[in-house]
Amino acid sequence: MPRGVRQMEMNQYLEVFIEESKEHLQACNEHLLELEKNPDNIQIVNEIFRSAHTLKGMSATMGYEDLASLTHQMENVLDAIRNHKIVFTPEILDVIFLAVDDLEAMIASIETGGDGKKNVESVVKKLAAIENGEAIFDETAKEEVAATAMLEEPATVSRYDEFETTVLKQSEEQGFFPYEINISLRQDCLLKAVRVFMVFEALESLGEVIKANPSVEELEEEKFENSFTITFISKETRDAVQACIMKVSEVDEVDVKPIVFSEQPALHQESISAEQNNALPESKQQELVESKQQQEENPSEEKGEMAAAAKHSSKTIRVNIERLDILMNLFEELVIDRGRLEQISQDLKDQELHETVERMSRTTGDLQNIILNMRMVPVETVFNRFPRMVRQLARDLNKKINLEIVGAETELDRTVIDEIGDPLVHLIRNALDHGVETPEIRRANNKEETGTVILRAYHSGNHVFIELEDDGAGINKKKVLQRALDKGIISKEAANSLTDSQIAELILASGFSTADKISDISGRGVGLDVVKSTIESLGGSITIESQEGKGSLFSIQLPLTLSIISVMLVEIQEEKYAIPLSSIIETAIVHKQDVLQGHNQTVIDFRGKVVPLLFLKDLFEVPVTKEEDEFYSVVIVRKGEKLAALVVDSFIGQQEVVLKSLGSYLSYAFAISGATILGDGQVALIVDCNALIK
Amino acid sequence: MLESVAADTKLIIFELKGKEYAIPVHQVRSIEKMMHITRIPNIAPFVKGVINLRGVVTPIIDLRLRFGLDELEYSDRSRIIIITLNDMDVGLVVDAANDVVDVSEDVFEPSPEAAFGTEVDYINGVAKLEKRLLILVNLEKVFDREVLKNYVRSEG
Repeated sequence: MPRGVRQMEMNQYLEVFIEESKEHLQACNEHLLELEKNPDNIQIVNEIFRSAHTLKGMSATMGYEDLASLTHQMENVLDAIRNHKIVFTPEILDVIFLAVDDLEAMIASIETGGDGKKNVESVVKKLAAIENGEAIFDETAKEEVAATAMLEEPATVSRYDEFETTVLKQSEEQGFFPYEINISLRQDCLLKAVRVFMVFEALESLGEVIKANPSVEELEEEKFENSFTITFISKETRDAVQACIMKVSEVDEVDVKPIVFSEQPALHQESISAEQNNALPESKQQELVESKQQQEENPSEEKGEMAAAAKHSSKTIRVNIERLDILMNLFEELVIDRGRLEQISQDLKDQELHETVERMSRTTGDLQNIILNMRMVPVETVFNRFPRMVRQLARDLNKKINLEIVGAETELDRTVIDEIGDPLVHLIRNALDHGVETPEIRRANNKEETGTVILRAYHSGNHVFIELEDDGAGINKKKVLQRALDKGIISKEAANSLTDSQIAELILASGFSTADKISDISGRGVGLDVVKSTIESLGGSITIESQEGKGSLFSIQLPLTLSIISVMLVEIQEEKYAIPLSSIIETAIVHKQDVLQGHNQTVIDFRGKVVPLLFLKDLFEVPVTKEEDEFYSVVIVRKGEKLAALVVDSFIGQQEVVLKSLGSYLSYAFAISGATILGDGQVALIVDCNALIK
Repeated sequence: MLESVAADTKLIIFELKGKEYAIPVHQVRSIEKMMHITRIPNIAPFVKGVINLRGVVTPIIDLRLRFGLDELEYSDRSRIIIITLNDMDVGLVVDAANDVVDVSEDVFEPSPEAAFGTEVDYINGVAKLEKRLLILVNLEKVFDREVLKNYVRSEG
């Protein structure tokens, strides 16, 4: 596992390493934020320490020294905090946040194939400075360790650098014995590299090689005299190890020495048990987590969730996202073929074929549910970066803001998750910058100094809602209206008939910015319109409710999945169109006599409501070849509260289809959100009802 | 102007109203016979619609209409040339596509402005090949989305 020993195997681990590092860094972030709120809670410091410690061990093992040295420094500071050697201050927290930022950058570099190197000197210096603020305590502690180490195994320990020591110590904590083995080959040994290989092979059956001196490369190239040293960890006894190596022929002498470290100071106990957690089997791990839970004096709700998450994760495996995408693509092909088969079986009217196809449809339906479920990711993956962002922004803006996240476990399709991050960032920035007022103004308005921003996610039917609520100033409707008129976004006549939320939604129009002064945070006049278009391109919609002086609520509605949707296929003259079921309320047949003529608009009376008729034939300029009959077939669709009746020629039926994009070239197509391939191999366009209803 | 054409290039030759046009073979993915095209409403007239090209929804434009020539009913000779442009697949309907030639770079000349008018930006130049005159098409300009934007209706 260490550098150089098994370069090939390292690559295999790299992915796992990156994933886990990210998780640990995220945990650090979350706990740091928590710590900021409860600076006296040593339990949280312990959690952070644990994450940092694991991260250090992992990166040292993987050979990322900068990463390891920075985490090491961070760990020192954390250690001092939890042992009350340093008084915890917000300034320290800032530096730790900086360090975490650097760590994130390094992991990102490794992920993109970089070497994970970064100049971390300044942060390390700052950390060291914090640590030295209580240098007396620290140094004595270090001296102690060094002194005990001297006593027991001076020569051995000094030969390992910090990282190797960490690895050795960790393994010792996990019940392995560290050994240093000196092996001499016979003088007349001819194939020294072969013997070396055999020794390594023999050792690997017993434990793990940590280090070799000379290095493995040199040993393989026979760049050594007759003896070499291996640092090795194993659960076997010294004699067993010795006997095992002696079995290799031409080995002259084997000297196995146990490596002894000083006793860990008691304060390290906490981290040790954490390390053991990783190595223990699932059931025990849960027990440990649970017992820890009980030990805590005030087990908060969040902690309970963490334990649940730990249980949950033990039953999962990691799958590369690419593989899931390939699976999805293959399945999409299958759905298209299924459609084709269904059509063939209908045409042939063969009972057996019909039954088989029917069964297959059911099975693929189940398969589809499972595949789509597999692609579901909790919105947490997007939300978890916001607490830090909000903290930073609040500081930059000199505002006091409390961010509450509700429903982070709500799941969404991966493709949606990938796209939703940026729009949310925009909205949050907007809420912080323009929504929540400064503490002074809030006080003057009899509000609490600290503004509350709630980020909420929940499922409802076939949709996921993400809401951002703030108790800030709300939207100044007069100002917005004036601005919209000034910028020519709406006409004077139109302005009079707008509802309150329609006025509020004007801030999503392009080229709009009401901030009195342009700030870094938001208010560049681009942004919110991008939010709107991104969400609409995802098949979603955004609405705003706002009460002046009380706050605003931005509500985003998103489809659960993007790739396979249920549609109603309709025929308009010779052409087929697909209308997403998610927009449809119902279908109806309306007699021509029942159609009413409004001003510039034909309408029908639908369950007591006046609903405008939209003739798709005209809107889509469909070539007319058929005679009209006495009735209109209409599909009632909605966008938010508003309804419209789309007039078509006939209904073909309901079908699951694979949504395909029209490609970037045709992205301007009006009222068409995409296309799908039908059973007969032809392309049908998917109607974008949101664009049709104004 | 002709950087995209390396010395000794293979060109696909197609026919449009009796004239011969050429595009580099490396930009061509395949040549298809006419198939069902699904019309896209409210878009530029030269966009004929989309086809199902082995599972990929591919936009198709009629090159005659794009070049401002009169429309011709599709026949057995009509072909759809599928090209790959900036990672997107798009198709061109042409009167016929029936030749591949090797040419060296030195036969190309910038298009004589008088012949095509100054405003035409989708022609890269011409090549004289014995008695034939090949007109080199600039596909990037043919599929310029800005041109398409002008035709798009934004209100319902």
